[in-house]
Amino acid sequence: MITGFLFRALDRKAILVALILLAIAVAVPVSNLMLPVSHPLHVPTHIMALFGKYLTYALLALALDLVWGYCGILSLGHGAFFALGGYAMGMYLMRQIGTRGVYGHPILPDFMVFLNWKELPWYWYGFDQFWFAALMILLVPGALAFVFGWFAFRSRVSGVYLSIITQALTYALLLAFFRNEMGFGGNNGLTDFKDILGYSVQAQTTRASLFAATAIALAIAFVICSGIVNSRFGKVLVCVRDAESRTRFIGYRVEHIKLFAFVVSAMMAGVAGALYVPQVGIINPGEFAPANSIEVVIWTAVGGRGSLIGPIIGAIAVNGGKSYFTAAFPEFWLFALGGLFVATTLFLPKGIVGLVSSGFAKLRGPREADRVEETLQPGTEAAQ
Amino acid sequence: MTEKLTDALLYLDGVSVAFDGFKAINDLSLTVEHGEMRAIIGPNGAGKTTMMDIITGKTRPDKGTVLFEGEIDLTRHDESAIALLGIGRKFQKPTVFESHTVQDNLELALKRDHGIIATLFHDTSKEQKDRIDEILDEIRLTERRSHLAADLSHGQKQWLEIGMLLAQDPKLLLVDEPVAGMTDAETVETAKLLRRIAGEKAVIVVEHDMTFIRDLDVKVTVLAEGSVLAEGSLDHVSADERVIESYLGR
Ligand SMILES: Nc1ncnc2c1ncn2[C@@H]1O[C@H](COP(=O)(O)OP(=O)(O)OP(=O)(O)O)[C@@H](O)[C@H]1O
Ligand SMILES: [Mg+2]
Repeated sequence: MITGFLFRALDRKAILVALILLAIAVAVPVSNLMLPVSHPLHVPTHIMALFGKYLTYALLALALDLVWGYCGILSLGHGAFFALGGYAMGMYLMRQIGTRGVYGHPILPDFMVFLNWKELPWYWYGFDQFWFAALMILLVPGALAFVFGWFAFRSRVSGVYLSIITQALTYALLLAFFRNEMGFGGNNGLTDFKDILGYSVQAQTTRASLFAATAIALAIAFVICSGIVNSRFGKVLVCVRDAESRTRFIGYRVEHIKLFAFVVSAMMAGVAGALYVPQVGIINPGEFAPANSIEVVIWTAVGGRGSLIGPIIGAIAVNGGKSYFTAAFPEFWLFALGGLFVATTLFLPKGIVGLVSSGFAKLRGPREADRVEETLQPGTEAAQ
Repeated sequence: MTEKLTDALLYLDGVSVAFDGFKAINDLSLTVEHGEMRAIIGPNGAGKTTMMDIITGKTRPDKGTVLFEGEIDLTRHDESAIALLGIGRKFQKPTVFESHTVQDNLELALKRDHGIIATLFHDTSKEQKDRIDEILDEIRLTERRSHLAADLSHGQKQWLEIGMLLAQDPKLLLVDEPVAGMTDAETVETAKLLRRIAGEKAVIVVEHDMTFIRDLDVKVTVLAEGSVLAEGSLDHVSADERVIESYLGR
């Protein structure tokens, strides 16, 4: 059963992508740690950290693509699941600080001491244990997605209405996390982390390990997504996207199918957020901003939705562009991003991946094109 | 256990539904026996498609009884539950999964466990593959099995959709305007195909094409303004004054 799933998952494309990611997971940290700074192949730490962040974005975009590209659920709130995963990791990191905080309280994080809190709120229990935090990184986004999806998909909310309520969801969380009384550090969020699993988050080796962990997590997520989309379940996702009511009339429970995909996707987004936080060193309510979730949609569209590689390429390319633009022409970035999205929608509905694959089809020459032409002729054999 | 109220496969009694005050179905009663094929004709807007919507759970009737196999109240189930009970439906506008191949369309429709675990992990068995081959043969799309459904001609899409119904292996097939957009030769073949299916399964066919209805050679129900106007052989209903006035004569 599981072997069948893995067998379907590991098609040529998935093997290639997984191998590339694993190679990156080894090569970049090795180059950063082992090669002298003067060496031409040396990857500087800040570049490694930057690309580590891009890879977490790629994982987030991949998660979105599973529900949007394959199942047609345009979630404009995936940033919320990312941020929740990030907060769960942040809570673990806060509790690792121990007495090294400004106030030196053995249990309470600084912001709680500052607010005059006497004891740890119950929902912070357990976060001193990594395994517990790891579980919450999956469960909290998953549970929110389950409850949200349960109501939305059962009442058949779809299309624009669904997109709007996902925006509302992330906006509501933004407002909630801003409040000091929520117990998540309010406006400032969680920061000043010291250790992860006993290693200093600042250490170069830790940074290299976090980079490797992110690349490996992305490879695993890619293989899981590949297994999902290559299975009959994945084909049904596309059916739901293209002809939802037809899918119902064949006997598929569309609401369960959407719910499952949405929960899996939210969990992947949570993992992405959890890997993001120790690499950037902070998580604050700004991560819930509705605009963040919309940016994820743009990365996915630019890379090419409905293909698993597309969102990864899109996330890295657009964020690479963003890093360049915000340094070179800071005022223009938002215009460039908006223009990019409009241009993609109008001229490249399948994104970069679609452009490349149609380019390859042309390269293969007119013979191939003829064959395609032939098969597109309206057939008459049924009548004969 | 509820007691069986009727031996008929499908039993509609006093069914009405209104959209914004407009009575699309008005006190409609109809029974279809096991394995029976029934043709339904009637002017545009008579409520033929709406009747299918009610049977398949897409539309809830305002009042009336809709029973399947004498004891299942169809008004209490939704579309996917009704499909699993054994009612398959072909839409008026042919709807196939365009971004999947012909073969995948049939595999997806095949009667089997549609749950999450099964769809994620189970493979298609040898018997199921054989069944797909049989259906491909029946609907004459063997040659095109690995083509995308989007690339099929209109008539072929209609056939693929009928093939998907066969794969579902329902007890009752609802077929809405199957020969719209087909050539004459295709129409004749479709009548033959449906007649082969009937007997084993009950079939309700809605169609405007009178030659096709004649080819089917089965009991005809005439719908008009949401209720039954006449019922009987095609010759019988064609002779009916009211039918001529409301439909055939125009
Ligand atoms: N969901 C709906 N909302 C409002 N009106 C509807 C709805 N569904 C059907 N109707 C109306 O009910 C009437 C019956 O429509 P229906 O589609 O059942 O007719 P039909 O007999 O299938 O006609 P045709 O031969 O044109 O397919 C029409 O006047 C239609 O406009
Ligand atoms: Mg109709």
